[in-house]
Amino acid sequence: MKDSLLITSSPQFHHPQSTAGIMWAVTLALLPAGIWGVYIFGIRALFVILTAIAASIGAEALMGLISKEQTVRDGSAFLTGLLIGYNMPPAVPYYVVVVASVFAIVVVKWSFGGLGANWMNPALAGRIFVFFSWTSGMTRWTLPRMAGADTVTGPTPLGSVKSGLLSMSDSIKGPLDLLAAEGVPVTYMDLFLGKIPGSIGEVSALLLILGGLYLMIRRIVNWEIVVSYLGSFALLVWVFGGHRYGMGFFQGDVLFHLLSGGLMLGALFMATDMVTSPLTVKGMVVYGLGCGFMTYLLRFFGSVPEGVSLAIVFMNIFVPLMNRAFQPVKFGLIKTEKEAGK
Amino acid sequence: MKRLNTFPKGGIHPTDHKEATCHKSIQNASLSGTAVIPLSQHIGAPAECLVKKGDVVEEEQLLGRSGGFVSANIHSPVPGEVKEIKTIYLPNGIPAQAVVIEMQGEFSRLGKETVSQEWDSLSEEELTAKVSEMGVVGQGGATFPTHVKLVVPKGKSCETFIINAVECEPYLTSDHRVMLEKGSEVLEGIRILQKILKPGRTVIGIEANKMDAVEHLSGLISQAGYNMEVMPLKVKYPQGAEKNLIKAVTGEEVPSGKLPLEVGVINANVGTCLSVYEAVVLNKPVVERVVTVSGGAVCNPSNLKARIGTSFRTLIEDCGGFSEEPAKIIAGGPMMGFTVYDLDTPVTKGTSGILALTEKEVKAARPTACLSCGRCISSCPMGLAPSRLFKLIDHNMHDEAADNGLMDCVECGSCAFMCPAHIPLVQGFRSGKKILRKKSMKKAGK
Repeated sequence: MKDSLLITSSPQFHHPQSTAGIMWAVTLALLPAGIWGVYIFGIRALFVILTAIAASIGAEALMGLISKEQTVRDGSAFLTGLLIGYNMPPAVPYYVVVVASVFAIVVVKWSFGGLGANWMNPALAGRIFVFFSWTSGMTRWTLPRMAGADTVTGPTPLGSVKSGLLSMSDSIKGPLDLLAAEGVPVTYMDLFLGKIPGSIGEVSALLLILGGLYLMIRRIVNWEIVVSYLGSFALLVWVFGGHRYGMGFFQGDVLFHLLSGGLMLGALFMATDMVTSPLTVKGMVVYGLGCGFMTYLLRFFGSVPEGVSLAIVFMNIFVPLMNRAFQPVKFGLIKTEKEAGK
Repeated sequence: MKRLNTFPKGGIHPTDHKEATCHKSIQNASLSGTAVIPLSQHIGAPAECLVKKGDVVEEEQLLGRSGGFVSANIHSPVPGEVKEIKTIYLPNGIPAQAVVIEMQGEFSRLGKETVSQEWDSLSEEELTAKVSEMGVVGQGGATFPTHVKLVVPKGKSCETFIINAVECEPYLTSDHRVMLEKGSEVLEGIRILQKILKPGRTVIGIEANKMDAVEHLSGLISQAGYNMEVMPLKVKYPQGAEKNLIKAVTGEEVPSGKLPLEVGVINANVGTCLSVYEAVVLNKPVVERVVTVSGGAVCNPSNLKARIGTSFRTLIEDCGGFSEEPAKIIAGGPMMGFTVYDLDTPVTKGTSGILALTEKEVKAARPTACLSCGRCISSCPMGLAPSRLFKLIDHNMHDEAADNGLMDCVECGSCAFMCPAHIPLVQGFRSGKKILRKKSMKKAGK
């Protein structure tokens, strides 16, 4: 009896959520969107996701051997792999997936000391690295199975908009109009449900939103980041988004931009990564606003159709600065300062 | 409905587990054959031992005399013979002298009629002296000698007297039961303290999970027309922490590093008020207290009135023993209490609870690296950044940790409770503070 009693420092019991628990909860929230991706893009999408997970876990285990500290079980490498898989086009060459995963784990995560020490979202960094290294492989988009077209690949809605803008007639009013004129018509419902070409896990806005809500209810995802990110982006699109179609202010197609590309996946699951987002609520709001602003800039003025991953990684850089700027206010501090001022 | 007061910053909502004992009335505990009475049951200097091996002592006889300005008298809870005086380890890990008494002979008070004494005619000094003589200490857990608090320094005054009946620690229900069963006695104790302190306003702060106690005390107060009020508070841990309770009740923040009197407040625990009543009205020293015995490993969780010096083992046997192997035995509540390694540990004046928790209840994952989730920051009631403080201490940067408010930490455990990485934050802060105190003592010595 005596020897078996645990002697510990207080507190003597804990909130049930652990690091691994958080990782698996995020995985669970992501699953429906991934299953949808595999359903509409075919079994190859599943193999891409599995390759990414296997490569991430392999890299994590290898780094664990070198650092003599096995961390595979905390679930973070699995999640990084899953997110990399979700960020890949279904037809991407497998070696690109492996390179992205190994880069994410070894260079981005472990060269700074492993879990918690990286200052940039590993999955996004991996995606960006291979996007600029193997651009053609990373932009070969499989058409969803219900498209019914003869071709097996085609551009994403955002890609079509970007190219269509160059040779646009004056009568075009907004992105949906433009896509219809380009011969790739899309409805809001297609975007919402995910019947569009895109990365495996990003297409179904509906399932991503459901997963995100689950995580917000469990307080794993900070709604402050999500709301300030989506809110600021939507505001900018609404105010200035109509300009490229020759329309005035407040004419932008907010719904189209919220539902297309990697925005939902990015805003709900990538920008909210605990390690690379700010610590305090004020910091989170500023970070979210920055993400929204950068996404708008990159989407509307950048040379690539997407902007989410670059925007988030760009804002990741400022997180330490924000943590310094937005520190909590100590209890009993205001009073002493006031008194000192007297 | 009116919105209930609470402290605005931080705080957590652990499952309170109070349902196991909150409806169970206080039962008398058995007596151990031998009582072990530590001479240090309070913050401050240990009491000076007045007995030696072989002495025969009576119930309530003085065993140890207050050993300094901040110290308290210790009385014998049982009649009997002093077997030895030995060093034991208190639950907080500090060694202390303890008088071991083998129970024998007649109890002089236990089981007999008690005579109430008039106190209206006594002066404030006489009342304070009585409280001091009877060894009353704060029963919320900090065990600060009460009579020291009752002397308000010149230039300060007690504007608000707050009775801490928050009992925010999970599992514990001893204060709750005391309020329900000893309401009139508690209120009389408060009136005695009112006479000494002369506060402008007296507030009994009770969390809203004890509305029956709120109603009971409010009823008694309005019936008797006492000059005090009951304030129900929104449930949030650690509302029972002195500074947070003051913030919740008055809206004032006690400045960092200062005492509550800085904002004109004096706090007393509700159990302390009962002790004051017993000391003054019944002329009875602190030789017993109400202890909640609970936790998943206890057969029949109960609230017990136990004599000081009774072993944890005796109380757990009173509750039917263990239903399964406990993983931890805790003296106090689960958030700030101490684990004990030995069931022979005695009940002291500060033992508000004895918890035997199962493996499942205390299950903690292995620590991982900090995820920067920020939960420690949003839960800290003192507005600190625990993750940052821990890193500074870890890197031996104690002065920087002090600049970041390490000494303001009240060790409530909210941060470590929330931490998904299970980093031993509070343990780190305790060791960091200890090193800082040593450093400042060295500096003062030079």
